[in-house]
Amino acid sequence: MAETQTLRQWLLTDTPSSRRHAKLSALYQGWLSFRANTMAMIGLWILVVLVLVAIAAPLIAPHDPFVQSLGDRLAPLGTEGHVLGTDSLGRDILSRLIYGARITLYIVALVALIAPVAGLLVGTVAGYVGGWTDTVLMRITDIFLAFPRLVLALAFVAALGAGIENAVLAISLTAWPPYARIARAETLTIRTSDYISAIKLQGAGPLRIITKHIWPLCISSLIVRVTLDMAGIILAAAGLGFLGLGAQPPSPEWGAMISEGRRFILDHWWVATMPGLAIFTVSLAFNLLGDGLRDVLDPKAGE
Amino acid sequence: MVRCPKRECPIVNMLEIDNLNVWFGKHRDRVDAVKGASFIIGQGESFGLVGESGSGKSTILRAITGLAPLWSGRMIVEGQPLDHQRRKTFFKTVQMVFQDPYASLHPRHSVDQVLGETLHLHGFSDIDARVVKLLDDVGLGQKFRFRYPHQLSGGQRQRVAIARALAPEPHLLLLDEPTSALDVSVQAEILNLLADLRASRGLTYLMVSHDLSVVGHMCDRLAVMKDGEIVEVLTVDALRATKASHPYSQHLLEASL
Repeated sequence: MAETQTLRQWLLTDTPSSRRHAKLSALYQGWLSFRANTMAMIGLWILVVLVLVAIAAPLIAPHDPFVQSLGDRLAPLGTEGHVLGTDSLGRDILSRLIYGARITLYIVALVALIAPVAGLLVGTVAGYVGGWTDTVLMRITDIFLAFPRLVLALAFVAALGAGIENAVLAISLTAWPPYARIARAETLTIRTSDYISAIKLQGAGPLRIITKHIWPLCISSLIVRVTLDMAGIILAAAGLGFLGLGAQPPSPEWGAMISEGRRFILDHWWVATMPGLAIFTVSLAFNLLGDGLRDVLDPKAGE
Repeated sequence: MVRCPKRECPIVNMLEIDNLNVWFGKHRDRVDAVKGASFIIGQGESFGLVGESGSGKSTILRAITGLAPLWSGRMIVEGQPLDHQRRKTFFKTVQMVFQDPYASLHPRHSVDQVLGETLHLHGFSDIDARVVKLLDDVGLGQKFRFRYPHQLSGGQRQRVAIARALAPEPHLLLLDEPTSALDVSVQAEILNLLADLRASRGLTYLMVSHDLSVVGHMCDRLAVMKDGEIVEVLTVDALRATKASHPYSQHLLEASL
């Protein structure tokens, strides 16, 4: 039997022979159901292409994104050598978009690493421990929520200095409270469930219960929320760039490119539109991916 | 009815509950769920707690296991009085099977993870061999080992939950309506499994049920509860002979006939 078994059959068996086998099998089945979702696959492919473009930027960009050529300024779409035209300083927009993918991914990755993790930590501890800990942590969360997002980020960047890293920190600082709220709400429903009581009866401590039993159930909804928030995060970074507190001028950050092109939007629409389309496409890709992930990760939808 | 009377062997009673009160909430919101409950369960005995929903029978189990922290009175397990903090040794002696097998298994943990973690927490080293043995003991084959709860039926889930409760090799098993969430055909299987396990492992059962026929099948003695109070403790033989003295017990008995 084992000789004629293909890899696919081995992965789809309902009687796994080892722990590793069972894990691989579960992963493969998740992948199969994700693959069946066409829109999610489109989102995934866009993001894969974005990552590849970011990695290979020096190889595929037709021009140096920083070289100015005032003679070619504001060239329209389809100009010889500048497929997507040039901006007000004669820089090739396509090349700037390609290099800008790196910055976008950098922002997205950093925020996605900081904000949900902080929110998960605060939310699950508050929800599980309860009492005074809950009150204190949730009031802190409320304070952060009540602050206007951009003002808090402004204050933070003003204190630490302008730059993309500080912009990321500022965005994360304002982005974690909703995650904490979600994680706490989920924890409150999970903590009274029988399976948590059951593991308590085996003598498990709070640390084990939170990390091994509550986190796995919260993480899926957080991942979905993060992918759905990505569009907002990219735009918030662009907003900070627009105010001169995010990416600094020569940097080809997409948001900064839009704010530069804004001045010419009536006569030279492509200067602002091209980076806008790029942000739109990536945001859409993240949303599609998030939808697909929700279907795969939701434990209640299993089977 | 107590299999091992005190006179003959030095071992003390498995469980003594004396004037137990359990309540929820504070001050004006206080709800008294159990009022002055007292009973004794001997070694190897199977004891039933009967009553309608809300009569406090499950709450007694939760108080014993420490899941209901607000209680007064005395609870003594194998001669050791319980305080409000449960120790690890306690969970090696007393385990519980929950009512709803659909809610008592972590949806993201496979059977192997559930049993493996339990064994790990109780400090066993030969986890693989023990998981295999436990699955065999509860009548689940090895093919169920790496399944997730959503791939199991209600009866199979309850078998996993029983295996988990048996993992630390407890002496006293608390059964909180272990069959009420299951189909009638599966109920009998689970009850037979529980009866077999008790015989082979010498377990003591404290079983909560609203079903007199289940208790009559499984238990030696039973206590009838109403509104948080134990109104009568009687043997199953007396129950069968319809010798219940308290009017409420008679009422329950009539309703189940």
